Amino acid sequence: EFRRFSLERSKPGKFEEFYGLLQHVHKIPNVDVLVGYTDIHGDLLPINNDDNYHKAVSTANPLLRIFIQRKEDADYSAFGTDTMTRKKNVLSNVLRPDNHKKKPHIVISMPQDFRPVSSIIDVDILPETHRRVRLYKYGTDKPLGFYIRDGSSVRVTPHGLEKVPGIFISRLVPGGLAQSTGLLAVNDEVLEVNGIEVSGKSLDQVTDMMIANSRNLIITVRPANQRNNVVRNSRTSGSSGQSTESSLPSSTPNILANFLQGEEESDEEDIIIEDSGEPQQIPKAEPPSESLESLTQIELLHESTQNGFLPSGEMNLNHSAGSISMEYEIQDPEHKSLEEDGTIITL
Amino acid sequence: MRRFLRPGHDPVRERLKRDLFQFNKTVEHGFPHQPSALGYSPFLRLMAIGTRSGAIKLYGAPGVEFMGLHEENNTVMQIHFIPDQCQLVTLLDDNSLHLWSLKQHSGASELREEHRFTLKGPPGSPPSATQITAVLPHSSREVLYLGTESGNIFVVELPSFRVLEDRTITSEAVLQRVPEDYCNRRSCELVEALREHPKNPDQILIGYSRGLIVLWDLQNSKVTHHFLGSQQLENLYWQRDGSKFISCHYDGSYTQWPVSSDNRQPEPLENLVPYGPFPCKAISKIYWQTTKNGLPYIIFQGGMPRASYGDRHSISVIRGSQQTAFDFTSRVIDFFIIFSSEPTAEFDDPSAMVVLAEEELVVIDLKTAGWPAVHPPYLASLHCSAITCSHHVSNIPLKLWERIISAGSKQNIHYSNMPWPIDGGSNIAPDPPQRDLLLTGHEDGTVRFWDASGVCLHLLYKLSTVRVFLTDADPNDNMNALGEDEWPPLRKVGTFDPYSDDPRLGIQKIYLCKYSGYLAVAGTAGQVLVMELNDEDAEHVVDHAEADLLQDQEGYRWKGHEKLKTRDGPVRFEAGFQPFVLVQCQPPAVVTSLALHSEWKLVAFGTSHGFGLFDHQQKRLVFVKCTLHPSDQLALEGPLSRVKSLKKSLRQSFRRIRRSRVSSRKRRGGSGNAAEVQEANAKFDQDALQEMELAPVQRKIEARSAEDSFTGFVRTLYFADTFLRDSSRHCPSLWAGTNGGTVYAFCLRVPPAERRMDEPVRAEQAKEIQLMHRAPVVGILVLDGRSTPLPEPLEVAHDLSKSPDMQGSHQLLVVSEEQFKVFTLPKVSSKLKLKLTALEGCRVRKVTVANFGSCKTDDYSENDLAVLTNLGDIQIISLPFLKLQIRYPCIRKEDVSGIASCVFTKYGQGFYLISPSEFERFSLSTKWLVEPRCVVDMPEVTSNNHVHKTGMENAVRKS
Repeated sequence: EFRRFSLERSKPGKFEEFYGLLQHVHKIPNVDVLVGYTDIHGDLLPINNDDNYHKAVSTANPLLRIFIQRKEDADYSAFGTDTMTRKKNVLSNVLRPDNHKKKPHIVISMPQDFRPVSSIIDVDILPETHRRVRLYKYGTDKPLGFYIRDGSSVRVTPHGLEKVPGIFISRLVPGGLAQSTGLLAVNDEVLEVNGIEVSGKSLDQVTDMMIANSRNLIITVRPANQRNNVVRNSRTSGSSGQSTESSLPSSTPNILANFLQGEEESDEEDIIIEDSGEPQQIPKAEPPSESLESLTQIELLHESTQNGFLPSGEMNLNHSAGSISMEYEIQDPEHKSLEEDGTIITL
Repeated sequence: MRRFLRPGHDPVRERLKRDLFQFNKTVEHGFPHQPSALGYSPFLRLMAIGTRSGAIKLYGAPGVEFMGLHEENNTVMQIHFIPDQCQLVTLLDDNSLHLWSLKQHSGASELREEHRFTLKGPPGSPPSATQITAVLPHSSREVLYLGTESGNIFVVELPSFRVLEDRTITSEAVLQRVPEDYCNRRSCELVEALREHPKNPDQILIGYSRGLIVLWDLQNSKVTHHFLGSQQLENLYWQRDGSKFISCHYDGSYTQWPVSSDNRQPEPLENLVPYGPFPCKAISKIYWQTTKNGLPYIIFQGGMPRASYGDRHSISVIRGSQQTAFDFTSRVIDFFIIFSSEPTAEFDDPSAMVVLAEEELVVIDLKTAGWPAVHPPYLASLHCSAITCSHHVSNIPLKLWERIISAGSKQNIHYSNMPWPIDGGSNIAPDPPQRDLLLTGHEDGTVRFWDASGVCLHLLYKLSTVRVFLTDADPNDNMNALGEDEWPPLRKVGTFDPYSDDPRLGIQKIYLCKYSGYLAVAGTAGQVLVMELNDEDAEHVVDHAEADLLQDQEGYRWKGHEKLKTRDGPVRFEAGFQPFVLVQCQPPAVVTSLALHSEWKLVAFGTSHGFGLFDHQQKRLVFVKCTLHPSDQLALEGPLSRVKSLKKSLRQSFRRIRRSRVSSRKRRGGSGNAAEVQEANAKFDQDALQEMELAPVQRKIEARSAEDSFTGFVRTLYFADTFLRDSSRHCPSLWAGTNGGTVYAFCLRVPPAERRMDEPVRAEQAKEIQLMHRAPVVGILVLDGRSTPLPEPLEVAHDLSKSPDMQGSHQLLVVSEEQFKVFTLPKVSSKLKLKLTALEGCRVRKVTVANFGSCKTDDYSENDLAVLTNLGDIQIISLPFLKLQIRYPCIRKEDVSGIASCVFTKYGQGFYLISPSEFERFSLSTKWLVEPRCVVDMPEVTSNNHVHKTGMENAVRKS
């Protein structure tokens, strides 16, 4: 269901009033809903107080898309960076439950109030001495802000201890993303970049790999300081029983590759400007030579849109709020495109 | 179904890949880097060149080439062919001797190292005792005489390199009968020269460095004649009949000595300082050549007056009253004379002089009056002015080929007509399948056209763009204009000239249309010239236009070089490519991309500021587009080199500091013994290493942004007739890719041929694609409905290509340094991509479409992308599915200039510079392979010699 209505940009009023207005417009009084909007980067961000409501209105240019979701159906993970473009990945995860089991959702706080800038991932499959850090550069103006260098580390090999060359973090830029996360430190050894081992690669190669992946950088490090490691009893924990066996990062590329594929496909949408018009993200063409999996995906998506519900439980109401006009927007199921404003291009 | 399979899992495809792709480094073109030794076999008519990196290259008739490499990579000091054999001996600077031989193997000859040997003295003797200074392969082919620093001459057996100790000629034995007062002053001298008597193989002439020369009788092991030279000796040469010899000396003099049986200690016949009376430089080598009609040739290297011409690299040829001092632009390594080698001939009758200079090979015709130079068919000095860019055009139509050759022949009139005198061996390689041109742009504003069809890279024609411009160099200033009574009679020879009058003239981009003969070249100061081939000399005005790429951008100041000044009025051009349009970019930054469409008569050019389109038919600028980001100050202010050069100069000054520290260490250590010095050096190296570990190189990890520098730098331009706006109508279009990952597409309206002059060409921006990864766009390509790359302009008109499929939908391939992406057209949606950098950490440096034919069947061929990465690897990537086919390591990743110089051909071959003067040719194709294949046959020898030969071969086999 789509509604289009106008608001006075200069006097948006209070969140409570807006919430009431939404319930009124959609004729759903007394239904608890979560309200979200898409910001200029295509991220789905929540509206639940006056401040983020005002922020949302100020970013409208001129349309503001509002998403409304029933609270009990809400998928909190839908909020945050890349959520708009990651939808199909969420979908594929559901389609392939074997490699991505969905855990029951326990709401501890309101994670949807925040935008992630970094995360530690794959804790369950990595050895305790390693840490896989994801930096969300996309959507922030902060520099990544770190430097790497050549160095050497001591490894246990079949021939005893051996000194092998390695890549290390040499410097963190004050105020940069890397420093502000607190997850990376000087002298941490870089083991992998987006699932690819760096051993045998030169400093310049690793630099190029990191820059090429800078929009969604996942680095696996062996922290120089091993005292802050997560201590867990891997033997009793059911989910990490596997991790003791596959404690080497090299044994995980399978899982990681699956994970990465979906991620990478979505996180780099190029922009096209036709006839000096508005910049748009380039849609993905219907793949003629793609595997069966993705074909099913498209069909399913199509179906689900008709049903009005995405299987992931994501909201179906797609609202667009602007200052003057009101219109319905329907996603083009064939192209899976998102008609959004991309990054502004200076002409 | 094939596409559903993962690469590497399809046996059919794997087999096909084996039939299509194969990597070979086939031949080195150009002039060897840092040559250090020269040798010649009059018997095989082969020449050998050794280099400082231990390479040895043999050259004979055009196409006859062999190459060998000493494992030690040490400098080759001397090369000596074994008389009447397919063998040669090299001496390296580590005092090792190596025996090489040419052996036939499956129909072709191969150069192989057979033996190596290091002369060892008795225990406890100093290294100088066995340091070899002179080598004489005896005409018996059984022994080598090795003169050493100690003055002793060792005899080793061939090919086993067994030392025949009983035959050693010690300096004591030589000095026995020398007058005492002479001998006292000159003990323990090194052997400077060894020469066998031309008529009597039992006598050898031995020259010691301090002037003593003796004739040694091998049978009786004693001195027969003493020649008491008073000057430090440099070299010796026998007169053909053995009645006289000539010696040359350190003080610039040469001396003739008679050899007769009645006087055992003769006085010199004649002693001359040719460029005296003031002190002269040494004469390091001398030839005495007799002729039928009396006057002999005296040819010597050096000997110039020290004060005024001491810096010249000269070889003088004197014959009667004729005298010329050939003046070379680089150091002379060595030279030899080609003369009648028939043992029965009465006279030498020299025909040519072959001079190996440090940077080029010069051959002088001694038979033709005026001694003109001979145009070498190989060993061209590619770097006579530094190479700034290269462009390869495959399969040149015969008509254009002939016209270029005819233009070139008009430039070569001052060359001798003599056939190439070094003509040993025979080329048995099949004829090159097609005519290929390699065009090199040079720093001095010239473009050289090379015949790259076969093994010999041969200069066809040289084009200069200098004439269009006013340069500081005065055209009337003729360096070669020397007065008649000029002394010494110097004459400049050779083409090597590393000095550029004006670096702005440098050629940066070349595009040749092989069908129309249109040529576009672009240079360092933003100049773009469009030329047409004209078979006659002509005088005309070059139309001149300016392209302001900054357009309305205000407040910027260009701090780089000025644009080139143009010549007003008509300019005279020689036959060949003659410019008719000049476009100068403003600001005059270096042109970074160039495209020419000969059918539409349009030329597009780009710099770090933007790009423009020029209609060279109507001589009108169609449009310009500024690609500059307003915050990009660096690009605005000056040429790229400014930024780079600052970094470079800093680095260099650091290096200088480090080097001076090294040398001062060395000097201090010099007072002690050698071991101490070595120790000190080793310690210093270790310190330096530790220093490096303390302050390691670090790299910044930062996402690229639109505000980065040089994002507007136009990397690639491409013309295509495709569906840009809608799927029903195709139209001409121009595509441009920038350093910041942006692709611009312009829709062009080109009037039909009959109204081409009446209506203007129009352009309108239709699309702009911003790649989110913002990596530099290095290639743009449109694939037609059959997924075949669009043909070149006029290719279809000349029936050399099928017309493109305009029915099916077209696709756009954008290659950035990091990714390959296929988009649909006209609606741009992404279809396929291949990530390179994110997965492998390498970046695309060069990319071309190449056609690969199968070596098994004639009817199968496919188009793939040939890609060179910054790691020096070559990858072949299939079209249109972007699947990696195969990867070959090709260039060392540290060899940045090699990677930058690489150029691919349309049929899967390529070239890259392995030194400033040499191209390595490689092939990725099984079908198109140009490599030397040649045979050197043993010429007929006398029966006596034949016994020797078979004996020799047996010995080789036994060993």
